[in-house]
This record gives sequence, structure tokens and C-alpha cells, in this order.
Amino acid sequence: MSIEVNGKSIETDEEGYILNLSDWDEDIANELAKEEGIDMSENHWEVVNFLREYYDEYQIAPAVRVLTKAIGKKLGAEKGNSKYLYELFPYGPAKQACKIAGLPKPTGCI
Amino acid sequence: MAKLDFDLPKLGPNLEIPVLQPDAMLGDGPFVAKPDHQDKLGFPGELVDDWQQVAIDKMGELLGKYRSFKVYLDSCVKCGACTDKCHYFLGTGDPKNMPVARQDLLRSVYRRYFTFAGKHFPKLVGARDLTEDVLDEWYNYFHQCSQCRRCSVFCPYGIDTAEISMAARDIMDAVGKGQKYCNEIIGKVHKIGNNLGLPEPALIDTLEGLEEDIKDDTGIDVKLPVDVQGAEVMLVTPSADFFAEPHIDGLIGYAKVFHQAGISWTISSYASEAANFGMFIGNYENMRKVSQRIRTAALELGVKRIVFGECGHAWRVAYSFLNTLAGPFDFLDNRYPVPQHICELTNDLIGRGALNLDPSANDDKVVTFHDSCNVARASRMGDLPGGQFEIPRAVIRASVNRFVDMADETIRDRTFCCGGGGGLLTDDLLELRAKGAMPRVQALQQVVDDHGVTHMAAICAICKSQFSKVLPMYGLPMDMIVSVHQLVGDAIQLGTKD
Repeated sequence: MSIEVNGKSIETDEEGYILNLSDWDEDIANELAKEEGIDMSENHWEVVNFLREYYDEYQIAPAVRVLTKAIGKKLGAEKGNSKYLYELFPYGPAKQACKIAGLPKPTGCI
Repeated sequence: MAKLDFDLPKLGPNLEIPVLQPDAMLGDGPFVAKPDHQDKLGFPGELVDDWQQVAIDKMGELLGKYRSFKVYLDSCVKCGACTDKCHYFLGTGDPKNMPVARQDLLRSVYRRYFTFAGKHFPKLVGARDLTEDVLDEWYNYFHQCSQCRRCSVFCPYGIDTAEISMAARDIMDAVGKGQKYCNEIIGKVHKIGNNLGLPEPALIDTLEGLEEDIKDDTGIDVKLPVDVQGAEVMLVTPSADFFAEPHIDGLIGYAKVFHQAGISWTISSYASEAANFGMFIGNYENMRKVSQRIRTAALELGVKRIVFGECGHAWRVAYSFLNTLAGPFDFLDNRYPVPQHICELTNDLIGRGALNLDPSANDDKVVTFHDSCNVARASRMGDLPGGQFEIPRAVIRASVNRFVDMADETIRDRTFCCGGGGGLLTDDLLELRAKGAMPRVQALQQVVDDHGVTHMAAICAICKSQFSKVLPMYGLPMDMIVSVHQLVGDAIQLGTKD
């Protein structure tokens, strides 16, 4: 499977997660978000950028608690909770935000 | 919440047997494992050329190894007692989700190749050839069984559909048709040590963050140690406890219990997973390989006790099989159960007055308890029959003032699966999961209406994730599902005993 962005074909898995992490750029993120029905705001980008930074360091997406804490520090305590993240990413911050950030889907009993 | 592209069953005042909807859940099944996923588990990457013969040989091998498997295939008398006991049948109306029909998908092939009548008079005894259509049907419907074993409670012969579905999956893996969700995960456990693929530095970073959170909340230094040599206890817990909500509050609860009781403990970065998906795919070698990590870690760290966190099927593997898979455990302190469940440990400490719990800390809640299937029907806890039902409830009752059980026919050994067990907790099976949750949610809604229940506690990572996902579909709050040890953690009065 693949998606078309700027005339380039980007390979994805069955669920739309991009296969090569290095393919990712902001246009692709916008396209992936569009397919999820999400209009990327500055706050969405804060989450996506944090996920990518964390992944760079640890080769895995952060735990939801780590993410909420980081977002709370950046955007204010009232936004440092999973309710806020679900408002941004209704299908669940871990999976949906990872998809848009171009990261592999978290696996396990989650 | 995202919009659903399927219709949910309606919740009525009573659980009704649905009108039959043949082929309602016909389909291709969940995503098939890629060659790369298969390879890591020792399975062929894709469907092998002589797959039919390989499958029949594999079935023969399993029949020779597991007497129970043969007895289950031979002994069904079609009495019908199981037909309305499966949550997937109740939620979907698809007659192939009746346990007997699911068994017959495999039984018909067994008869064709392994019984006299089936070899010579197949039509007379409902025997059929193993064709590619049959294989596809197996793949679809054996991934609509969560191996919860509720049907076996009602079967007069005790036929265990879970074991048949495990065998079917083992046969499918042997011919190269594995399930992506399970097999990708098992590959990560073999490589990294847990289902998430969470490497050690990320584990340590996450746990340090939790230590800070507990300190901010309580002012007390509660540790979540990793790889501490010579600790008394090694905690083996589902990696979802490090990652997901509400699981992580359960992990904080365990840490507070160890802290107040003054028990030295550690998590292992090598055996950082309690779950053992080797059981879901019915594959002994993979189940054993996953279990061996626990033995290796316990020996290397020199611990005296192994305690399992809140994980349903992990506890089945731990309680029922760990000794033969990874034993003997003669190097552990045999004054304690080997292994021990975290609920047993906490209950024992409560009984000895080692914990100071203030249940009024949970006075904002009216709590019920969801018995997880593998704990309820495939294991035990403590010294008394039914300990697996009573011990978690005793722990909850010590931590909250208001506890209410759901209807009798939906709890203890008759509990309904959450709808996501047995390797089905994957987004490509979301419709099945949502529909299969209906019987449990129906019983939950009843205690919400009648008793004002606000929270449902569970001791299984899969149950917690599944309910977080499906409860909102039925109009109930996502954060209604909590860990049992979240309740303990909120009630525990740190600084009063230590």
C-alpha cells in the first residue's frame, strides 16, 4: 500500500503507517492527518514533534503518561492529561498521533 | 470518539439470544503475518506449496502430543449447551461463533483424515477435505475466539474450544499463515524482552518519570527499581503497565505496596513482560522461549521470589505451566507461592496489617470487578478453592467502601470475556471486539443503573485496554476501567508505616 504526496509515492503498511521512517516530512504528516480526518493545528504539531524527538532518542514512542507530562509542561497544566490528547487525536493519542508522526504503530496489550 | 462503520448490538435489560445471522462475520480475518514476522518465530514466511499435507501432519502431531485435543474432537454429542455461551455469538449472531460450530470447522477435517468413518464415508459423518476455502474459514473464525473458555464451563464433557482454537492457530502457523498481531509481538519479546518493544533506556526513563510523579503527589520517595541484583522480589508485569492508561496507575499501586511493606523488589529489563502470546498461538516452543526469559532473569538477579503483575493470560501460564516450561524453581524461597500473584501478595500484607489503607480515599467511586477469563477459568490464587475470585475482591474491599458485584451469571467462573482476549486486541478486529464486549457491558450497565457503579476494576492488561476502547462506544466513560492496584495505590497512606 502507499499514499501519494507531492507526486511521490510513500509506502505504508495495511493500516496506513509509513514503512520507511526516513520518508517522513511535514507534507506527509498533513496528508496522513487528512486521511484520519484531523486538521493539524499548532497543538497537534507540538504532540507530533515531541513524539518524533522521543523516538529519536529511545527508538520507541513515549508512554502516554510521559507524553501527557511533556505536553503539560509545554502547553500548560490544564492540557497535560489524556482527555486533552483524545480531543486532539480521537482514535487515541498513542496510535493515531504515532501514525501522523511517521512512527511505527505501538504494539502489545494497549 | 471516532465514528463507527458498523452497528453495535443494543443493550437490553436482559441478555437476549440473538436472531441467527449466518455469515454476519464472514471475512478475511485479521492481517496475516509478514514473512519477516513468521521467520523470527521459526515459521514459514508464507503459505508453503504442500500446505495441505503439512497441515494434516501437524494435526497428527498435535493429536499424538495432546490427548485432550483428541478427546475434545471425539466426544462432542451436539447437545447444544454451549451454543449461547460465547460472547462473540451473542454479540454478532453469526452461528459459526457458536462454540460447537467453531469446533466443527476443525473437527470435520479431523474426521476426514483421522477416523475410519470419515476416510471411507465422509458425507455420512460430516467430514470434509482440507481445501484452501476451509483454511481461509479457519483463519477467519479461529481468530474470532478469544480462548476465554466460558463455553467449556457449560459443556457436559468439558470440551475446551480454546484448546481447539490454539491447535488450529498452531497448524496455520506451521503452514505459513500466521496472524500479524500476535506474531509481530512475539518476535519483539524474543528480541527486546517485551510486547511493546520497549528498550531498557526507555523503560528506565519511564519509571524515573513515575517516581517523580509519586513524589509530587505524596511527597514520598517511592522507587521503581530496574535490574537490582539481590532484590527479594522480581516483579514480572505486562509491559502495558509501563505504557498505557489506566495500567500505569496499577504499576504505581504495586510500587506503593512494596514500599510500605518494606519489600526490596525489582523489575527486570530482560524479562520485562508477563504476557506470553505463545499461548494464544498454541505454540509450545514459542511459549517456552518466552517463559525462559523469566527464569534467566531470576537467576541472574539472584531474586528469592517471582511476583506477577495484573495480566490475565500471563497468570494462566505462570500458575499452570511455568514450572514445566521454565522450572524447576528450587532456587526461589519456597515459603512463598512460586510464582505469586500481586493480588495474593497484597492480600497477604493486608491480612498481616502491613499496609495502612484508607478506603475513604476512594469514596468518589462505586466499584465493581470484572473477572478476567484466564484468571477465573484457568488458574487459582491462594490456598482455598475460588481464591482467584475472592482474593482480588478482598483487596478491592479493603481499598474502597462501596463495592457491588455484577449479575451472578456474568462473574466468577461464568464471567464474560472483555472481547479482546486471546490475541484479538488489534484494530483490524475492532468490529468483533466491540460486538463481543456486549454481554459484559450489558451486565455493567445494569449495575450502573441499579447501584450507581462508577468504576470497574480488572487485573488484566488486555481487559483494561479493550474496555478503554469499547466502553465509550456504548456510552460509558473511557476512564471507568481501572486497575485493582490503582484502588490500592489511592487508598494506601504512605508515610504512616515506613
